[in-house]
Amino acid sequence: MTVLEDAPAAPQAAGADAPPQVDFDTDPTRYRHWRYEVEGETAWVYLDVAEDGGLVPGYELKLNSYDLGVDIELYDLTQRLRFSHPEVRSVVLTSGKESNFCAGANIRMLAQSSHSWKVNFCKFTNETRNGIEDMTANSGQTWLAALNGTAAGGGYEMALACETILLVNDRSSAVALPEVPLLGVLPGTGGLTRVTDKRHVRKDRADIFATKSEGFQGPKAVDWKLVDETVSRKQWDATVRERAAEAAAGSHRPVDGHGISLPPLAREVTAESDSLASIRYPNVRCDIDRGARTATITVLGPEPHAVPESLERIHALGADFWPLAMTRELDDLILRLRTNELEIGTWLIKTQGSIEGALAFERVIAEHSSSDWLVNEIRHYFKRTLKRLDVTSRTLIALIEPGSCFAGALLELALACDRQYMLEGTFEDHDEEQDPAQIVLTASNFGTFPMGNGLTRLQSRFYGDDETLAALEAGSRFTGAQAEEAGLVTDAPDDIDYEDEIRILLEERASLSPDALTGMEANHRFVGPETMETRIFGRLTAWQNWIFIRPNASGPEGALRRYGTGRKADFDQKRV
Amino acid sequence: MTSARPKIDFDAKIPNNVDLASDRKLQRALERWQPNFLDWWGDMGPAVDTKDVYLRTAVDVGREGWAHFDHVPMNEYRWGVFLSEHDPDRKIAFGEHKGEPVWQEVPGEYRADLQRLIVIQGDTEPASVEQQRFLGATAPSLYDMRNLFQVNVEEGRHLWAMVYLLHAYFGRAGREEADQLLARNSGSDDSPRILGAFNEETPDWLSFYMFTYFTDRDGKYQLGTLKESGFDPLSRTCEFMLKEEAHHMFVGTTGIDRVVTRTAQLMNEHDSDEVAGAGGIPLEMIQKYINFHYTVSLDLFGNESSTNAANYFTAGIKGRWQEERRKDDHLLTDDAGAVDAVRDGQITTTEVPALLALNQDLRSEYMSDCRGGLKRWNRILEKHGIDARLSLPHVGFNRQVGAFAGSHITPEGKMISAEDWKAQESKWLPTEVDKTHVRGLMHPVLEPGKIAGWIAPPSNGINDKPMDFEYVHFN
Ligand SMILES: [Fe+2]
Ligand SMILES: [Fe+2]
Repeated sequence: MTVLEDAPAAPQAAGADAPPQVDFDTDPTRYRHWRYEVEGETAWVYLDVAEDGGLVPGYELKLNSYDLGVDIELYDLTQRLRFSHPEVRSVVLTSGKESNFCAGANIRMLAQSSHSWKVNFCKFTNETRNGIEDMTANSGQTWLAALNGTAAGGGYEMALACETILLVNDRSSAVALPEVPLLGVLPGTGGLTRVTDKRHVRKDRADIFATKSEGFQGPKAVDWKLVDETVSRKQWDATVRERAAEAAAGSHRPVDGHGISLPPLAREVTAESDSLASIRYPNVRCDIDRGARTATITVLGPEPHAVPESLERIHALGADFWPLAMTRELDDLILRLRTNELEIGTWLIKTQGSIEGALAFERVIAEHSSSDWLVNEIRHYFKRTLKRLDVTSRTLIALIEPGSCFAGALLELALACDRQYMLEGTFEDHDEEQDPAQIVLTASNFGTFPMGNGLTRLQSRFYGDDETLAALEAGSRFTGAQAEEAGLVTDAPDDIDYEDEIRILLEERASLSPDALTGMEANHRFVGPETMETRIFGRLTAWQNWIFIRPNASGPEGALRRYGTGRKADFDQKRV
Repeated sequence: MTSARPKIDFDAKIPNNVDLASDRKLQRALERWQPNFLDWWGDMGPAVDTKDVYLRTAVDVGREGWAHFDHVPMNEYRWGVFLSEHDPDRKIAFGEHKGEPVWQEVPGEYRADLQRLIVIQGDTEPASVEQQRFLGATAPSLYDMRNLFQVNVEEGRHLWAMVYLLHAYFGRAGREEADQLLARNSGSDDSPRILGAFNEETPDWLSFYMFTYFTDRDGKYQLGTLKESGFDPLSRTCEFMLKEEAHHMFVGTTGIDRVVTRTAQLMNEHDSDEVAGAGGIPLEMIQKYINFHYTVSLDLFGNESSTNAANYFTAGIKGRWQEERRKDDHLLTDDAGAVDAVRDGQITTTEVPALLALNQDLRSEYMSDCRGGLKRWNRILEKHGIDARLSLPHVGFNRQVGAFAGSHITPEGKMISAEDWKAQESKWLPTEVDKTHVRGLMHPVLEPGKIAGWIAPPSNGINDKPMDFEYVHFN
């Protein structure tokens, strides 16, 4: 994260008081900071940031530094490589600039941003870095970082997400994590964690590296395992190609696959009044109540008769295939609510549709996910979207009512929630005849969509209670009372109590400290074992967010604000 | 949950003005709770076997309806649910929501606090029935027995009123709390009533009158503050309960009137203070009972300085006595108040933010109200030409809760040592000898128009009936 420029610190601009509405829609024709070229089995991905292309005014993206806008494009790019390019088996991440890879997150941007903006930015970039690792692990698209110039801070963190790191050996290019010495914050996009947990750098060396602003050049970086290989300029292109080809060779991707396109989402945003708004997609609906500070998210299930009869049909449907269409919409919605609706503190998650339809789709997915690349991609995409929910700093409450279809994969939405309320019986004053709500366990709930802690949501829910867990079987169906008995829902009030219970719960929740809730929920959601992912989202992020609000970083005399002013930070020397 | 269950005619069984007949939620909750209540009444209610009692039943909130008199078998008493008239324009009168319309539903933010307040109030109502369970057997007259039972059924109705709120507004948690109100019992080792004073037995009729004068008066002040609540159903419930509470205090006031009158008569007849031998209760003993019941009731107001009370006030869920008549900003955020304190062995006061001093504020209102009774009883003594006077002890005397707890303070307000206290306590508080004497006087008088020798007859009967009316029929 080193951007050396000498313009005076920008005033607190957008991002502080009135964060802009952020859109996550983009496509390669609109990229300003990236381009990619597919050459045989390898995709060449170039970071080439437009200095004047910042998402909000107030800073210039010098030295290939990035902001949220740059990362939104990177996320889009990863999705397109997965879905539109089955032929790609390795991905080379490099820089479009001469002798500079990436200087990391833009410091002016960080200095002028509100705390919530920084936190959301870091969360999203972390998710994209994790997604890149997921591509290597599960999509057969192995990422290589070809550092053709210095990779500092977030630049090096981006490289750390790749399977292999090559650094040009030109006696000036280096890898570095200068956040601590120069900015008084942490390399928070997984940097500290991946250096030790993934690259297995010894802790004393990691300590030296993370406090040495200029970092290390090639040979030392290899010696300390910070990169895998350092290559002279002369050999650079050939070696990178060679490594890319080697990586591609191990991939399970098909050679003759045809990609699908990801057209823009059909999204309708309406503001009915000052307090009510809605965001509607074909398969997901969201109703925002600003007075109650809630968003009701309804996932519309598939029609049973729409189940594609063959794999060919799934490919022909492409982005219209319900599981993919729904996941894209849900993903977009989560990102938008998280970034644009900070005060909507509680999300109520519902589904609506036919249970049999949901189960029919499950069967198709189960049948093909290990053999077909597209079905496999959809599965992992839904997995990542569920993980987004897991790390969302909002109270999540599942409302399971008649007409819902919480079966299998969709049940994971409910299990991701902090609490689950299921109506026992039916609403008595409902006009139409209703069947009582049911939830259904399928194989999807037993390993298809692991959480960041490596456990299923059921394993997390019943952590340390193997007996209850063992009693649960794929294929079982539960009414409200049965689900409560089995521990699958928090409570199953009947018609008479249901509305009151929910209303009181929501009002009570709305009166609690948002910060305490965020911390509490995150603690409860991630039980049990630590993984690199939970360490990044839990430990690293929590520390980073604490440091962000400390005057030593973000106070007027703090390192972040003073950076580039020519004045030294004035630290409060007490260790806390 | 539909057809199989026999339908209960709710409006006939349970007089109410809360539209019970069309409230499924309330019906279901009460269907389950009512049998438990009747069991409780059978086990813990009045122990005297009667055929019927001349009771007042509230069948409506209007002037006509709230006092409907008839002979009723006790277990067929129609406990009802009544809220005072609804005022659609009512606004919250204090705290940070001042000026906003009152709440018709429990605001989730205050659910826990409101539920707690209602449970504590609700717990006292059946507790007093339990405390007075055996008194009927020693009633000094049918008139008094009838009054006792009237108080008992109304305390039962007050329980219903609180249970109504829990059932109607607090969901499942409310139903569970309503069940607990029947599961706790006065004086029980396993699950006692919440407040200490409600675990003391009411062993004799002098204690009963003292209880209804002093302790029911605490109830009056608690209800008065809840009547101010921004949670409208609670406010309206308490307003209606206050009408009945006034009658309970009347029983206490006139009961003590009659004891004092009789004592004065005996003193004059025998020309002596020593009326115990003549079957009366000496003034000194009455004074000790006053000392005890008054101070135990003072403890019910809690700590002088209370953050709970402050939070309740700020939230708008519990106000001050006669909040709306007070001339201040009703926010109290900038005001200060003095509360009692003991410092370096001296009785003094400390300055605290006014919000923290609300318990003391309420207690002061109560104390001045209590003085009214003393004036009355001293007028009786004066009328009988007796020089001795009854008085209220100092606020710090015999206190177990608040600033004075742990100090030894005489009824005159002098701080003394623990040994001095021990040596003189028997002069100030009822001793075993006193209690035995009073208990020894407790013989039932069941003949219409007759009265026990230690108490004077009332000046009026109930509902214009004469003293020799058969207020109670036996089997
Ligand atoms: Fe009462
Ligand atoms: Fe009472």
